[in-house]
Amino acid sequence: MHSRVFFLTCVACAAGVFGGALLVGNDYVFFAGYVVLQFIVLAQAWNILGGYTGYVNFGSAAFFALGAYTTVFFHKLYPLPIPLLMLLGGAVSGLAGLAMGYLALRLRGAFFAIATLALAVVLQTLVVNWSYVGGARGAYVIRPESVWLIGSYVHYLFLLMLALAVLAITTARTIERSRLGFGFATIRDDELAAEASGVPTLRLKLVATAVSGAFMGMTGAPFPYYIGYVQPASAFGLDYAVNSIAMPMIGGTTTWIGPLVGAILVASLQQWASVTFSSELGLLVVGLLLVGFVIVAPSGIVGLARKYLPAAARVGRKPKPTDAR
Amino acid sequence: MSGPLLEVANLGKRFGGFVALDGINLSVARGERVGLIGPNGSGKSTLVNCICGTLANDSGTVSLDGELIDRLETHQRTRRGIARSFQLPRPFASLTVAENLRVPLLYSVNARPGSKLSAAELDARGADLLDLVGLAGKAAHHPRDLTQVEMRKLELARAMAAEPRLLIADESMAGLSQVEVADIVALLIRLNERGVTIIMIEHIMRAVMRFSQRLVVLVSGAKIADGAPDEVIRDHAVERAYLGQ
Repeated sequence: MHSRVFFLTCVACAAGVFGGALLVGNDYVFFAGYVVLQFIVLAQAWNILGGYTGYVNFGSAAFFALGAYTTVFFHKLYPLPIPLLMLLGGAVSGLAGLAMGYLALRLRGAFFAIATLALAVVLQTLVVNWSYVGGARGAYVIRPESVWLIGSYVHYLFLLMLALAVLAITTARTIERSRLGFGFATIRDDELAAEASGVPTLRLKLVATAVSGAFMGMTGAPFPYYIGYVQPASAFGLDYAVNSIAMPMIGGTTTWIGPLVGAILVASLQQWASVTFSSELGLLVVGLLLVGFVIVAPSGIVGLARKYLPAAARVGRKPKPTDAR
Repeated sequence: MSGPLLEVANLGKRFGGFVALDGINLSVARGERVGLIGPNGSGKSTLVNCICGTLANDSGTVSLDGELIDRLETHQRTRRGIARSFQLPRPFASLTVAENLRVPLLYSVNARPGSKLSAAELDARGADLLDLVGLAGKAAHHPRDLTQVEMRKLELARAMAAEPRLLIADESMAGLSQVEVADIVALLIRLNERGVTIIMIEHIMRAVMRFSQRLVVLVSGAKIADGAPDEVIRDHAVERAYLGQ
């Protein structure tokens, strides 16, 4: 499917999702749906670096929190519309991704993963000690009751995250099928051989960290308006780091479909578990699913589907990249 | 240009206190077939890694066609015309055999100034190479489906897909049977006949003697012989290095 057709299909699906949520007529659907959408974006963002190039990032929460705290900073300095804050959050986190890339991408495997974890700890410590954005006590961001044209502010936030999810899915799919995605796959398979074949591995990895970080930052930017009160423990929460890794792993990491399926499945299960039992059970669900999939189906749901359903093997199959540069 | 294609001058490399390369000088002419031999640990792979950019040399220079390249990244050297095959094959496991060749075609050949191959041309060049190495029937297979000798051929074909001026074949025949060794030597000679300069690192002396027009011997990081193969193997220093005093 051509990229433009795919994008329009995604927009149509998104419109259907929004219309369906409006039909239900319960605000909880928008609150829960926002979380699911947020994880769809985070999972796609993580997968661009972790799935496509094979560099595992344990610091997703740091990029997410950078986006959230960019909003808090501007909320105090000069309140701006959320779409603009999302762009700013994306820019800040994208730059942080680029910086992390320069500092850590010469490391590989577990060493890179530990470096990303260290980045999250360092940034959290900085935020805890930065009183302008609330420090350890946190910051309140009071959201307006309504917004022009759309009405409910929660509907507005849901719509923004829906748009971001469409953008993230389309971007991930476009990368996957491009010369860039082809280069990412060679880095994942064998970096030394990739470099010897002419692939500029460092530059490609920097693109991956920057794009991945930017999407995570854009996801974090509306978070203060969604939750109303941001503190370091919530913005840098373990669940963001764990979910961002677990969802693509459960869905399958080599294609955009995996993180989408994984995020919808796991985030929905978490929401159900939180409402039915307790919020703590949500993370347990992720842990159990992750362990189960790593043992039984290391290539995730997409891998399982391709193995047992011949028709599914054709879905999402990548064409050969042909662009010359 | 009339000078040598590859010029290595006073190349030095240390790993801590261990001197891996000690002032190596090596000049390779266009179209030449050079055999590089030496006992294990003599510095052959280190020299190749320094030429290709996988390792940074501590002293000396590496020039390709008169251009200093020793501060360039590996991928930049590949784009300028140096390609290598690895001692242990390192295929891109998630890609098919044809896609493995497409990587250097896209990232090396198409990255050169003035080169912009269409999809059909990329396919044609890949297919031509697969035909040359005898893997045309395996184009759609993944590397895991290949035999040991096919894997070696894929390694050489992928290096050739970068359309190099200089190909460095690092122990392309290790672990192969006599028939397979002859097959790879014939392949390397065919590649050379296409105008590619080749440095072959090898322990299998029958293959080295059949392939090389010139033989270079390294021992303990130093070059001890450089000349016609028949003369070099009779050299006393070379005999001592291989057979002892």
